Amino acid sequence: MARSGSAGSFGPTGRLPGEIGRAGFPSLWKMFAIGGSTWKDKAAAVLLRAVASTSILIVLLIFLFLGKEAAPLAAGPGIKSLLAERWVPVSFQQVRFGLLPLVTGSLLVTLLATLFTIPFGICAAVYVAELAKPWERELLKPFIEILAGIPSVVIGFFGLVVLAPLVKDLFGLSSGLTALTGALLLALMAIPTVISISEDAIRSVPESYKSASLALGASRLQTLWKVTVPAALSGIIAAIMLGMGRVIGETMAVLMVTGNAAVVTASPLASVRTMTATIAAEMGEVPFGSDHYRALFWVGIVLLVATFGLNMVAQRVLKKHQER
Amino acid sequence: MVEGQQYEDPGRPKVEAESVDFWYGPTQALFDVSMSVPARRVTALIGPSGCGKSTFLRTLNRMNDVIEGTRLAGRILIDGEDVYRAGTNVVALRKRVGMVFQKSNPFPKTIFENVAYGPRIHGTRNRAELIEIVEQSLIRAALWEEVKDRLDASAMGLSGGQQQRLCIARALAVDPEIILMDEPASALDPRSTARIEDLIDQLRVDYTIIIVTHNMQQAARVSDFTAFFFEGRLIEFGPTKQLFTTPTVKQTEDYITGRFG
Ligand SMILES: Nc1ncnc2c1ncn2[C@@H]1O[C@H](COP(=O)(O)OP(=O)(O)OP(=O)(O)O)[C@@H](O)[C@H]1O
Ligand SMILES: [Mg+2]
Repeated sequence: MARSGSAGSFGPTGRLPGEIGRAGFPSLWKMFAIGGSTWKDKAAAVLLRAVASTSILIVLLIFLFLGKEAAPLAAGPGIKSLLAERWVPVSFQQVRFGLLPLVTGSLLVTLLATLFTIPFGICAAVYVAELAKPWERELLKPFIEILAGIPSVVIGFFGLVVLAPLVKDLFGLSSGLTALTGALLLALMAIPTVISISEDAIRSVPESYKSASLALGASRLQTLWKVTVPAALSGIIAAIMLGMGRVIGETMAVLMVTGNAAVVTASPLASVRTMTATIAAEMGEVPFGSDHYRALFWVGIVLLVATFGLNMVAQRVLKKHQER
Repeated sequence: MVEGQQYEDPGRPKVEAESVDFWYGPTQALFDVSMSVPARRVTALIGPSGCGKSTFLRTLNRMNDVIEGTRLAGRILIDGEDVYRAGTNVVALRKRVGMVFQKSNPFPKTIFENVAYGPRIHGTRNRAELIEIVEQSLIRAALWEEVKDRLDASAMGLSGGQQQRLCIARALAVDPEIILMDEPASALDPRSTARIEDLIDQLRVDYTIIIVTHNMQQAARVSDFTAFFFEGRLIEFGPTKQLFTTPTVKQTEDYITGRFG
């Protein structure tokens, strides 16, 4: 039981790098610069520091904990075994802990989902922010927010019952549980977030830019695509990154609809298995301290590093864009 | 105003307003405004705040169309053509009638991209052609010398006065015939203001310029004709010198002598 508990606590790790990004080192620095004159001020400052430090401490502890559980693999099958091409953690012949199929699975699903999310999210945001009539906006906004709040298991059910059969019939497959199905579901989950945040960014573009463009003879659509959207780009990129964060970290929905076959493939119509789904599915049953157990922690580390990297790239892109 | 200049008949007026009434929803902002703006001259619009100068200016390039619930009666003719006639090409109209705003509003793009924006919108794709247009426009806007080495820098890094001249260059780049300026120097320091006024003086040869200003001296300095608006009506219109020295209406006199407004 304690083991399934650890599986449960794994879910949110996919989100953590985002928090690292926000409460990063500059703010750590600022925290310690809080000054106070009276005794009460000082006590409050200490308390605040303690609370703020906790989040950083937790992140560090997670890294440490993951490392501690993962490291002993070196003594067993060795770190090199992670480079194998197959993931067969339980077998009567030979077990294999190759991460490649899981990494490509996650990559495929994430890239596909992003591919759907970006154009759809941006277009919808542009529509809601700039083209919709006031009453349309009143109708759409709450709807989008509700969509953003639906639990992923429920969306997973929808995928299983509606989307998977649709994909199966559409492409004449034997099973509708494919990377494409997972990606579509993930897009469905990410799009509301992308829409809300992008819409805010688009609406905060100064009216004067639009006037200038219109006065030069640009049409409303030209103004939108050539002035308004580029001016809102940093916000839109942030929105996409947040959406991608959700896509990579998402577990339940992909577990339900991707078919969970750990194979190396680039085909959207093949079954795949993502890193998150692997951890969620196998952590509950794995013998504590076994090689399989250690390998799963390696999956967690790869996931964490990947999201961390994504976050850093995002920050870089944002910063570059803001400097212009 | 150019001292001693003769106002020979400039031919057909460039812009004619005929009994223009204008409404923002239920509130009327312009009442029966009729006025003929001569070609290749600078015409200043003056009057107290809220008298409808900006509103009138925006009727000329139909920028009021963007505001919900507005309505216009009467006619606005440019080269004798009613710009509110059904089927008028607003894009073509705004290409002919450029506008410079009170607060400089360059796009958050590079200096080059700001000036090239208009020509691109109107279909110029050729890079060499764009470079030529950008250079010529910046030269005309008296900004070239200051920015020629940093065309790829962000326009947001320019000073307020430079930004306003960039906005003028951006307007010139689509080769307009008429330039509308709504208090183009009101947010600028005296030196930048002087540069803008010099610039207007150079542009008067090729363009019909209509400028809104709150600054009496500025109107007197830069314009050939002046129109005085009050409470949505055109009170008096005539050669600037005449209007400032011998106004025929009491309200005009009160305003230019600073007794109200
Ligand atoms: N977008 C708008 N919606 C509603 N009413 C407006 C709008 N713009 C202007 N008005 C009203 O129309 C009248 C004329 O305004 P306008 O801006 O044309 O005056 P102005 O002479 O340019 O004033 P200022 O010198 O302060 O710029 C004012 O009573 C103003 O309140
Ligand atoms: Mg005004």
